[in-house]
Amino acid sequence: MSDDSQTGTFLLDDEEIPFTRGQTVIQAARAAGKYIPHLCWHPDFKAHGSCKLCTIKANGRLGAACTLEAQDGMAVENRTPELDDKRRTLLQLLFVEGNHFCPSCEKSGNCVLQATAYDLGMMTPHFDMFYPDRPVDASHPDMLLDFNRCILCELCVQASRDVDGKNVFALSGRGIQSHLIVNAESRRLADTDFSATDRAASICPVGVILKKRVGFAIPIGERTYDAAPISQVDIAKENT
Amino acid sequence: MTFELETAAQADKLRRVAIDPISRVEGHGKVTLLLDEDNKVHQVRLHIVEFRGFERFIQGRPYWEVPVMVQRLCGICPVSHHIAASKALDVVVGARQLTPAAEKIRRLMHYGQILQSHALHFYYLSTPDLLFGFDSEVARRNIVGIAAAYPDIARQGISLRKFGQEVIRVTAGKRIHGTSSVPGGVNKSLTRDERNFLLKDVDQMIAWSHEAVRIIKQLHQSNPALYDHFGAFRSNFMSIVAPDGAMDLYHGALRASDADGRILFDQVDYQDYEQLITEEVKPWTYMKFPFLQQLGPEHGWYKVGPLARVQNCDRIPTPLAEAERKEFVAYGQGKPLHATLAYHWARMIEMLFAAETIKELLHDDDLQGTDLMRTGERRKEGIGVIEAPRGTLFHHYRVGDNDLVTMANLIVSTTNNNQAMNTAVREVAKKYLSGHEITEGLLNHIEVAIRAFDPCLSCATHALGQMPLEVTLEDCTGQLIDKVTRDTHGICHA
Ligand code: SF4
Ligand code: FES
Ligand code: NI
Repeated sequence: MSDDSQTGTFLLDDEEIPFTRGQTVIQAARAAGKYIPHLCWHPDFKAHGSCKLCTIKANGRLGAACTLEAQDGMAVENRTPELDDKRRTLLQLLFVEGNHFCPSCEKSGNCVLQATAYDLGMMTPHFDMFYPDRPVDASHPDMLLDFNRCILCELCVQASRDVDGKNVFALSGRGIQSHLIVNAESRRLADTDFSATDRAASICPVGVILKKRVGFAIPIGERTYDAAPISQVDIAKENT
Repeated sequence: MTFELETAAQADKLRRVAIDPISRVEGHGKVTLLLDEDNKVHQVRLHIVEFRGFERFIQGRPYWEVPVMVQRLCGICPVSHHIAASKALDVVVGARQLTPAAEKIRRLMHYGQILQSHALHFYYLSTPDLLFGFDSEVARRNIVGIAAAYPDIARQGISLRKFGQEVIRVTAGKRIHGTSSVPGGVNKSLTRDERNFLLKDVDQMIAWSHEAVRIIKQLHQSNPALYDHFGAFRSNFMSIVAPDGAMDLYHGALRASDADGRILFDQVDYQDYEQLITEEVKPWTYMKFPFLQQLGPEHGWYKVGPLARVQNCDRIPTPLAEAERKEFVAYGQGKPLHATLAYHWARMIEMLFAAETIKELLHDDDLQGTDLMRTGERRKEGIGVIEAPRGTLFHHYRVGDNDLVTMANLIVSTTNNNQAMNTAVREVAKKYLSGHEITEGLLNHIEVAIRAFDPCLSCATHALGQMPLEVTLEDCTGQLIDKVTRDTHGICHA
């Protein structure tokens, strides 16, 4: 970014962060190499602020870093024990709401939920597991949907609608009832025009939307978050 | 073979002695001794609760997840399940013949598992019984007690186990819950550094394994009255063997022989196991009782594991282990050994074989190969069999066109040994139980007999070397006559 587009700076955990007009706190932080934990936000898509993991304190008030626009002179708290504690609770709720068994999940090591939980030092699920009964959709020849692991981040909905122009996925129901569905009368992935080359096929941060028959092809040690925690990997991705 | 104790005419008229190891993660067991009115052991029931529902849990899952998922079956031998499932799914993806690199890496992983499991069993669980005596002070009967009395032996045991675990880590990616074996091959090869890292210790491991054989052999030969007869009973044997009849714990075809060592069938492709073996269901336990169809349920049950394998093969393809096998066979003077405690001797011969095999494999440059995966014509069904540390392990899957598993059937080593273990406990109980009292001696001897088979019911207690027990003696009206509990610290509470 060029200097003349800079419109100000704010403080993130006492460090000065420059931003350009219209940038959100998370965008400016990321550009400056600072990690703010997040799940439903992706740099390529419009923020919708649903997971609340990016919750920060701006001038003493709680807000979502992915939707809050940066303002000159603002003081933002990010990795404080208090905020990380709230984030851990949010993660624990996500873990118990679905069926997440990392040791036998093919997304292990590449999973944003798992990596974030490691980074935040989440040691146990703390709450009672819900053990929801969710089906697997294996109808598509190349792709598998394992709804057990969905965290309702809506990234697949956005990617399919905004990039692929297909609208394969949608969220249905409200609150605790809310769940991901396939936009077909049969509700089967095979009955949509979904393809393994779609952007939506590779967007899922967890292990729901999976390419068939290649699970566990990448050995331990070579997976995305094997060598460094997500707080470093996420930033490195931006700056390479 | 007789079943006099299995067919009690009026089982409800018999009094019960229940030995109840406390419930734990890997499954737990309970021994019920049914007594007749003369206080004689009349029937034995060994209940082992495990794997219930696990097969249904696999159903509906994508097939490529299964080799990793099945490692949850057992905290002690996860690698065996990892490999057996992979072998079954090799068949499904049309890759019965793997690349040389993939097969050798899997073999190395498997022999690492054999080494660490056998070392764990012998040094942590068995030497306390064998070196201190079955009736020695319980609190001392563990690896800590061994370390105090026999520091060299304890150190060797700990090092052997650790070496086996390192072989697993290097080949599987992690010491537990590795992921490297995948349908059709492996996802990683070894580096030269990894080979050298293991090679520098392997000769020491062979020497210590050799020493372990010497220790158990000496124990056996110094007290034949005990070692030859404790819990002994005749049965058939089953294992896989290589095409030339040699011992091979990773791959081969099925061979069974009778109690006198005569071949019952040989070189049968295990894809056809259902035509050879039937699993009998009994009302009092979830564990099935497999038997050889050609002999029927009464005479067709068999032993698996080290004692079966060492005697079922024609030779062992490594020199030191082969010399020990010959000595073992010579000890039987032309007859197969059926002594329960001979399991330990056979197990240590296998540990030596595993150590020698690991060395051979580590010198093979194929381990650094880059051609790791094969595919072929997709099939709907596959069966994978290996010789796991505890015995023959079957994994059988059917996979739908949508890639989800529709059927899973597992016959684990402990199930294959089910009737054999029941019989061993019966033989021991007949000898050591009398009257109204549950003696420590009875507890100890039953424990030693079960442990010789290294069943999964003791999985969770491996680390402590103790099997928590609860023994209750009741009469036929359910009236409590006597009760003894032994906790994991070896303390008895009346
Ligand atoms: S399937 Fe994946 S990308 Fe889609 S909403 Fe669920 S977690 Fe997000
Ligand atoms: S990342 Fe901001 S609310 Fe989810
Ligand atoms: Ni086991």
